[in-house]
Amino acid sequence: MEKLCSSMSFYVLGLLYTTNEKIRQMKRPSLLLIALLIVLGGKAQDFLNQATVNGSFQIDAQLYRSDAAIGITDSSIAGRKIGVNGYGNIIYSLGNFKAGMRYEAMLTPMLGFDPMQEGSGFPYLWASYSTDFIDVTVGNFYEQFGNGLIFRSYEEWTLGYDNSMNGMRVLLNPSKGVRLKAVYGSQRFYWQKYERNNRGLVRGVDAEFSFNEILGSLEDSPLRIIVGASAVSRYQRDADPIYKLPENVGSMAGRINIGLGNFTLMTEYAHKINDPSALNNFIYKEGHALLTSLSYAQSGFGVVLQLKRVDNMGFKSDRAYVGNALDINFIPPINRTHAYSLTGKYPYATQPNGEMGMQLQIHYKIPKGSLLGGKYGTGIALNLSQVNDIARNPIHDTILIGQPGTMGYTSDFFKMSGDIFFRDLNIEIDKRFNSKLKGIFQYMNLLYDIATIEGHAGDPVVNAHIGLVDLTYRLSSRKAVRVEAQGLFTREDKGDWAAMMVEYTIAPKWFVALSDQYNYGHPEKDQRNHYYTASAGFTRNATRLALTYGRQAEGVVCVGGVCRQVPASSGLTITLTTNF
Amino acid sequence: MIKKSFVFVLLLLLGSTVWAQESVLPKVTIKTLDGKNFNTSEIYNDGKPMILSFWALWCKPCQKELDAFMDNYEEWQEETDVKIFAVSIDDARSTARVAPMAKSKGWDFEILLDANGDFKRAMNVNLIPHTFLLDGNGKIVSQHTAYFEGAEYELYEKIKKLVGK
Repeated sequence: MEKLCSSMSFYVLGLLYTTNEKIRQMKRPSLLLIALLIVLGGKAQDFLNQATVNGSFQIDAQLYRSDAAIGITDSSIAGRKIGVNGYGNIIYSLGNFKAGMRYEAMLTPMLGFDPMQEGSGFPYLWASYSTDFIDVTVGNFYEQFGNGLIFRSYEEWTLGYDNSMNGMRVLLNPSKGVRLKAVYGSQRFYWQKYERNNRGLVRGVDAEFSFNEILGSLEDSPLRIIVGASAVSRYQRDADPIYKLPENVGSMAGRINIGLGNFTLMTEYAHKINDPSALNNFIYKEGHALLTSLSYAQSGFGVVLQLKRVDNMGFKSDRAYVGNALDINFIPPINRTHAYSLTGKYPYATQPNGEMGMQLQIHYKIPKGSLLGGKYGTGIALNLSQVNDIARNPIHDTILIGQPGTMGYTSDFFKMSGDIFFRDLNIEIDKRFNSKLKGIFQYMNLLYDIATIEGHAGDPVVNAHIGLVDLTYRLSSRKAVRVEAQGLFTREDKGDWAAMMVEYTIAPKWFVALSDQYNYGHPEKDQRNHYYTASAGFTRNATRLALTYGRQAEGVVCVGGVCRQVPASSGLTITLTTNF
Repeated sequence: MIKKSFVFVLLLLLGSTVWAQESVLPKVTIKTLDGKNFNTSEIYNDGKPMILSFWALWCKPCQKELDAFMDNYEEWQEETDVKIFAVSIDDARSTARVAPMAKSKGWDFEILLDANGDFKRAMNVNLIPHTFLLDGNGKIVSQHTAYFEGAEYELYEKIKKLVGK
């Protein structure tokens, strides 16, 4: 039998026999049996032939050394000379069936990661079956409803953030243009296993309707309408000795996306019932969030205006927890994410307790051949964003704003406070001078309420000017030199910075780079440090090895709206990543 | 009897050809710039090669790579019919900014939005830029992380090899 099933053709033969059997109206059962075995055997072979396995591995390791100048002594290292964050991800798929796992080992985690991350194991294990109609996942999964205002489960490896769900998810596509989702489960909390009542449970449903697809006749209409709605609830037992807390906290959100020609309007509004928590200081006020954007895009020109209002919208699966984990929802910060070391030195993080913000971004490409456009055209991007606190009024003369156990405060939907959390005005010019030389030039004016955003109570607001030049010169078709020069000028916090970087690349495999960040304007003279690094890397296909030796300045690293405080460190960093 | 079997074998062969042409990319639902759902198994270029590149607004090397692709796209398409799919992994904070930015740059690619990283995870993408070269059936021929100036030439050599030029 084994021999018979060793090739695909026998599978075909098997099917043939079965069909013939049917034609003969199954007069010879023994032959049918043989045919069936051949079919099954053939299928088993297919299971092996058609299955695919793919995955990836990443290891980030740091070897620390003491460096008295930047305040790192043997006692602050405390014997932990090595930090290693590693993981491996494997996905097995066979037709409609898939299963996957991720193994993580953080022994010990690198500096700047939460000590709770120390551990190893399989935090992400799942299996799913999906057809065009249904998709069921058991185990761990990630999901987002709309913009995530009431539900988003995701991971950011580089930040050590993971709020994956552990439960079940069902996705349905009952007809063209209709998509339904249902999820339930508990959320990951580092390595702490879910046990009854040690944290909350999350349940949610979402529906989305794309009218142009539902009404097939509108498929090519210039007017496009997509409507969606979702509901999420959290159950957590009330064991509070003082307050009577809601055990089931419900939230709802509705969204609409209207496109007309080159215009797109996107709006989502979310509402949450009262949810006294450590995050909002146990007030019984309801929460809401509004996110809206209007954009226009055509070749060579694009503009987008975004508005946001958030009031008491922190939503965690443990109401007692205030750290960087267990978030049920995601309130996107609406400001530009910067890509350079000094422009990204003061990144904004959403204030879920209340904020009102706007962002305007304009992109324009001065056409090729015009006076300013030159031979290659010139790109200009202007971006302005500002976030203020919301205006809060006391609910009663005798009750303080935000007093625990009360309704907290009242807030006029259209009013904002004069307190600016963050403002970023930046302009970027992208210019190619000739076939060899191109550059990016950027100016940024920043206002940053360090006391609110980073919790440095009492520190004055940082007002900074930042400028940068990034030039790339192609030496040959595969070799290039890139030079980055940046300056950050401020009287507050750590004062002025200058940064310089030189990188030499040989495509597609090699790079070497030298960089220095110099805190020359630090108010205290003995802290005017250089943070130099030397790095080199090798990339072959999807395998990348990079080594960096030097000092890492204390700062905030943000990806996708979540930020992590990184302490100063000194030593060798190794990153190895591969994918298959 | 023989005739019927013959027809059946023929049908089966046809069936298996259809199967072979189906994209082997993971089936994940992401979004188009219009906000419509898009199943990644529909990434298809009529049997011709494809480039699948993961990028984000906060990733400068990604944008440099896509600019370099754009500079050569017309020529590449003329010679090899290659099609580029650029998947933005920007999350909800920036998804509204992707279309205005990409269109103003004149990127003539098929741009897709993977706001919660579902496609990224299914393709095992850790660092971006991460660029895949796919054959006409959606099978991965080669992949590369990071972008250095001039890497597009090596990629183009691979595309040419794939179409036998």
